[in-house]
Amino acid sequence: MIVASLAFYLFSIIGVISALNVIFQRNPVHCVLWLILTFFNAAGLFVLLGAEFVAMILVVVYVGAVAVLFLFVVMMLDINIAVMREGFMKYLPAGALIGVILFAELATVYGGWVMSPDAQGLRVVPAPMDLPNTEALGAILYTDYVYLFQSAGLILLVAMIGAIVLTLRRRPGVRKQKISEQVARSASETLSVVKVETGKGLS
Amino acid sequence: MNNLLTTGPFAVGLSHFLTVGAIMFTLGIFGIFLNRKNLIVIMMSIELMLLAVNINLVAFSSFLGDLVGQVFTMLVLTVAAAEAAIGLAIVVVFYRNRRSIEVEDINEMKG
Repeated sequence: MIVASLAFYLFSIIGVISALNVIFQRNPVHCVLWLILTFFNAAGLFVLLGAEFVAMILVVVYVGAVAVLFLFVVMMLDINIAVMREGFMKYLPAGALIGVILFAELATVYGGWVMSPDAQGLRVVPAPMDLPNTEALGAILYTDYVYLFQSAGLILLVAMIGAIVLTLRRRPGVRKQKISEQVARSASETLSVVKVETGKGLS
Repeated sequence: MNNLLTTGPFAVGLSHFLTVGAIMFTLGIFGIFLNRKNLIVIMMSIELMLLAVNINLVAFSSFLGDLVGQVFTMLVLTVAAAEAAIGLAIVVVFYRNRRSIEVEDINEMKG
């Protein structure tokens, strides 16, 4: 179908252009916005490949959580853009050289790629033809790959605790309400009746 | 795998998807080299590289008809989210202490 092929070229070309913009934009906020566009186009490629669930997860997790987190941090920090761009031209030749070498190597590997005839027989979980992608993925994710699923949850837990521990700070000198202490006060430890002699006053 | 892509004129095969993945990975590496000062853009470049890896995994999974590739893609997504959360927390703490996120300023540990 020509429509599917055109959609592939549309998604991949816009994706590559926005990836270029991620690394070349001056303003980090624009970088994040281009990164979001890249994620959307990658999700489009995943839909074309028939991996609808991963595509939707990509939109929800990457765009909805990770990119918005980046946006928060970029906007929270006061970054001097002009200082950040120093040395951009200095590293351009070395970066371009390494990029070209890496791409040439990858192109060599992929250009000579031939799928082994045994590959079909070596599949671990052949994709079922009669189930939709989400259902098939759920059927193996919660049964055969439950340990992987649980360890992914553990990784997220550790990341959450780590991020909280890193960014939590106690500032001294800030007056805050401590409700438990206020409620636990009793009259005996707060009030005292003092007998004052006439004419002496309290020292 | 639906065979909408692989038939007809302008047929798109596995190598097309792998090429897109390779281009994105290279751009990620390139971005790390170009933005040597800005820590946040370096982290965005790492996200680009992880996305390229995901494209490769899903493309192989789809063209071979093996679902494990997509399960592993979800693990990569999880690790990417965790990495972004921890990394940005470190950036925020560093900015709080030094009022800067330049990579060259990060020499506290004299490593």
